[in-house]
Amino acid sequence: MKDTEGYVTADGRQIGGVLMELNNITLKFGGVTAISDISFDIHEGEIRAIIGPNGAGKSSMLNIISGFYTPTIGELWYKGEKRPQMRPYEIARMGVARTFQNIALFEGMTVLDNVMTGRLTHMHAGVAAQALWYGKARAEEIANREIVEKVIDFLEIQSIRKTPVGRLPYGLKKRVELARALAAEPSILLLDEPMAGMNVEEKEDMSRFILDVNDEFGTTICLIEHDMGVVMDLSDRVVVMDYGKKIGDGPPDEVRNNQDVIDAYLGVPS
Amino acid sequence: MLYRTAGQFKTSYNSDQALFPIKQDAFLLGVILLFALVIFPLTASEFTFQTILIPIMIYSLAALGLNILTGFAGQLSLGTAAFMGVGAYACYKMVTLMPWMNPIVAILFSGVFSAGVGVAFGIPSLRIKGFYLAIATLAAQFFLVWLFEKWAWLYNYNASGAIQVPNLKMFGVYIAGPQASSVVQYFVVLFIVSLLTMVCINLTRGNLGRTWKATRDMDIAAELIGINLMKSKLTAFAVSSYIVGVAGALFVFMWRGAAEPNLFDIPLSFRVLFIAIIGGLGSVMGNFLGAILIVGLPVVLNLLPAALGIPISSATVEHLNIMCIGSLIIFFLIVEPHGLAQLWKLIREKLIIWPFPH
Repeated sequence: MKDTEGYVTADGRQIGGVLMELNNITLKFGGVTAISDISFDIHEGEIRAIIGPNGAGKSSMLNIISGFYTPTIGELWYKGEKRPQMRPYEIARMGVARTFQNIALFEGMTVLDNVMTGRLTHMHAGVAAQALWYGKARAEEIANREIVEKVIDFLEIQSIRKTPVGRLPYGLKKRVELARALAAEPSILLLDEPMAGMNVEEKEDMSRFILDVNDEFGTTICLIEHDMGVVMDLSDRVVVMDYGKKIGDGPPDEVRNNQDVIDAYLGVPS
Repeated sequence: MLYRTAGQFKTSYNSDQALFPIKQDAFLLGVILLFALVIFPLTASEFTFQTILIPIMIYSLAALGLNILTGFAGQLSLGTAAFMGVGAYACYKMVTLMPWMNPIVAILFSGVFSAGVGVAFGIPSLRIKGFYLAIATLAAQFFLVWLFEKWAWLYNYNASGAIQVPNLKMFGVYIAGPQASSVVQYFVVLFIVSLLTMVCINLTRGNLGRTWKATRDMDIAAELIGINLMKSKLTAFAVSSYIVGVAGALFVFMWRGAAEPNLFDIPLSFRVLFIAIIGGLGSVMGNFLGAILIVGLPVVLNLLPAALGIPISSATVEHLNIMCIGSLIIFFLIVEPHGLAQLWKLIREKLIIWPFPH
């Protein structure tokens, strides 16, 4: 681990030490290099954004963090320890929760059940107790329901609690997905384009929720987003990627004036 | 009006998660139980027990087992009959090797063997999905039926190659075999089916049920939120095969009285699958509705011409029967692809808000 010092953001919030550190990550699919030699870190309590043009490798980066891909080269430090190669579900149990670019909710279940699945990693009753709906299983079900209801309250989706997810409009589905990830009480929350396909109002709502989550629960958030305005307003620090390489890293104001970043987005005059 | 929910407030999560959050459902169950426990046993004839009541319950249980796997966990299986066979043969071996064993315990324990076999044949599900998995389970179907035929130890070296249910006593009453009375067998079946249905309801509404449903609906997302897919799929195979195995033991010990290997061939698998599909995949109650339709209706249709005094030969009745059932299946699949359970759900929703449209 390098420095574990925190820093103070522009708006005066104190950010903790390094929670996750990615060192020299390279990801190759056969001959295609999706990510080449990228290093950055995520501090505890900050909102970290990854931006870049289409195909820059942002989603691949998120997939590496959540364990869906294993990097070809490079290592990942999490909570001060080097993370060995693990199955995605084991990584989820270590407190990494995420949402998906194309909503990945369980369509056949109600909103409540979907959010309850977020609590799976916290429920340990045996099959026998569950079969009889007795003792630990029942107590657990009620205790976790309470936590889930708090998340449901927080995200203002009380009225659709018992609606099957398949019947909901897009914007609400995105919110339910956030609820599911939040219910897990993660140490780090990964949001893959939380505002894709939303109108201005929905974006405003979602931005407010993201800020509230960070503010109220102190959850570390790492998000990918295309809407520049949103990213610059929300995030504390930004990583900019282009063609699998890191071309910028720092607070939004610094990144905005970075010549490489401007070139990547606007093109280089010939 | 019958289903008015106004005024039934929930003040705790416990009461909201109760089995019957709505009073009327509990009342309905009470009526069903009254029929099952008092009225049927008092009024039903030998014929009704043997052709309607007992088989409907046993088929419901088998379909329930399959539904856990296919409806809740999303793993297609065509090997149901073979797993029923494992349960039946295991039960037969247990009661013949250990005659002192309580028959109900033997029946409940025989499911453990089919669960083991089910898990073994469920291992391919970790790599393959959908129709391909169905083909893999078909291998179980062929292999196990072949085994029942060739492994003479399984049927105690009977010359006929079939298993014959011996007379089994519990508390001085015959509950299986030629001397057992239908009423007693009916109660045994009712007890076991109710017990396992209860277990299934609890499992499917709890944590394990959500794990299964998540695996069914989107396995990649399920893994990324912390579900061990291997565990989820294999528990589904184990629970499902257990229930199917018990259903198989009941099938032979409480109903057929004897079984040959080919009884557990593919047609039985398909029959159970039809019940599960028509009843509604991903539902517990649907299996019972499906079984009533698939098992009960043919009996009624058979009796109908005679009761109405229409002179038709029994062969013609049989043909008409098959045609009716076939067209009904197609009709139901078109009108309500999610099965009878969904139909009931919609009716119930309408009843709750009646007389207002929404």
